[in-house]
Amino acid sequence: MSKILIGRYLPGDSLIYKMDPRGKLLATVLFIFIIFLANNPFTYVIITFFSLVAVAATKLKWKIFWEGIKPVIWLILFTSLLQLFFTVGGTVYWHWGIFALTSYGISNAIFIFIRFTVIVLISTVMTVTTTPLEIADAIEWLLIPLKLVKVPVDKIALVMSIALRFVPTLFDETFKIMNAQRSRGADFNNGGLVARAKAITPLLIPLFINSLSTAIDLSTAMESRGYRGDEGRTRFRVLHWSKFDLCNLGYFLILTALLVIFRTH
Amino acid sequence: MSIKFENVSYVYSPGSPLEKKGLENISFELNDGSFTAIIGHTGSGKSTLMQHFNALLKPTSGQVEIAGIKIKSDTNNKHLKNLRRHVSLVFQFPESQLFESTVLDDIAFGPKNFGYDDDKAKQSAQKWLKKVGLPVEIGSRSPFELSGGQMRRVAIAGVLAYEPDILCLDEPAAGLDPRSRKQMMELFSDYRNAGHTVILVTHNMDDVANYADDVLIMEHGKLIKHSQPTEVFKNRSWLKEHHLDEPKSSVFAAQLKNYNFPAPPLRLPDLISGIKQNLKG
Repeated sequence: MSKILIGRYLPGDSLIYKMDPRGKLLATVLFIFIIFLANNPFTYVIITFFSLVAVAATKLKWKIFWEGIKPVIWLILFTSLLQLFFTVGGTVYWHWGIFALTSYGISNAIFIFIRFTVIVLISTVMTVTTTPLEIADAIEWLLIPLKLVKVPVDKIALVMSIALRFVPTLFDETFKIMNAQRSRGADFNNGGLVARAKAITPLLIPLFINSLSTAIDLSTAMESRGYRGDEGRTRFRVLHWSKFDLCNLGYFLILTALLVIFRTH
Repeated sequence: MSIKFENVSYVYSPGSPLEKKGLENISFELNDGSFTAIIGHTGSGKSTLMQHFNALLKPTSGQVEIAGIKIKSDTNNKHLKNLRRHVSLVFQFPESQLFESTVLDDIAFGPKNFGYDDDKAKQSAQKWLKKVGLPVEIGSRSPFELSGGQMRRVAIAGVLAYEPDILCLDEPAAGLDPRSRKQMMELFSDYRNAGHTVILVTHNMDDVANYADDVLIMEHGKLIKHSQPTEVFKNRSWLKEHHLDEPKSSVFAAQLKNYNFPAPPLRLPDLISGIKQNLKG
């Protein structure tokens, strides 16, 4: 369970940690789009370099990022292999039935591999350096334009922060119930598919009941502290742009510019 | 069925930035049929230690030997069910583990997992429902219709129903009213007197004084003392140094300036007889 890195925050104190989450979120989304601008070896070198600099700027151990890639490594390799053997065009080096090893295939496979890896890397940089609450704040800010079309952005934001707040609590609760049921002989890891699905009942039912009763308690507590759900609430956590955030976006704009200049038509 | 810890250490998420020491070099041995209290501050490693008793956690280094089964860091999970048959853990607020549609079914869940047939499991469930002080009629109701205290009793009956040789309890009486608390503790005391080993994690020093005959004191993941309650509560300045409370009786006795007590009275009867002695003399 602890191996999954995507969506997990790790404490640290490098510059990236102090950046505005809105900037980081925008940059990450932007990155996923601009990566498709790359279409020749030189542009891929640029992208790899820029991503590695971003990873290094977190000052976290490289091992952490390897842990981030590990769960998707098979997907990445599988896609690369498909590209390698099924791409037609260029010089043909080897040929057998529907399989063919061509120069286009090799370059495509390498490109796809780089593309996947850097997307995972950059999203990992984003999630490990930003707390879930900061991400929720950033998403709320990005949703503000939707207020014009009557989307209840404040409520969505509240739901998001409550949900994020309870992820660790529910995790703890899940582990506790699992351990309690294990102590009375429940077996979650053995048996066939049906047996395992059945074994989950002693875990799921208490978890549902706990979540519902927590929800009721929490809503009562919120109301008794003066929450009425309407607009006009003030904000305690305010996000601030600093010059670092301009650097952050500037960094990705430079990357975009370089890609546009060096891409082939 | 004795319990033996040899140089047990436990580290949470080793190798990551979140690495945290849970237990450090713990060694001790508990006797059969003892009532052991584990005390210490929040975060001192009591719960981590407790989860080693039935191998919910396995030591990062060192070895645990319980009921003839040895547990090391590389012990296979497959054979632990037998251990859990003998050693059972009751977590804090165990009422959150109820899930069956009737109280009796819920109590019978454990026995069934450990190989009781349906009839025997049902009989055992009925027996323990009565023993935890609930009326038989409750057996056919849904556990979610009960009060918090009743749910607690059902949950504890569910663990006692397969009569584990070693029963580990994490604050079993937390949040109960004084009367239920006393009943609950008496129940565990009876269970121990029936020949089982009971291990109790608690913050309540009166429970330690009243029921335990062996005490483990934890601090920052280390075992700082293992001895009898009379020994532990003898040294008041040592307790203060380690931010531990005393039983109410000894606190009261210490305030009686002109009275002389040979040793701090740990229980109410000791206090009363001590005062009587002083008044006579």
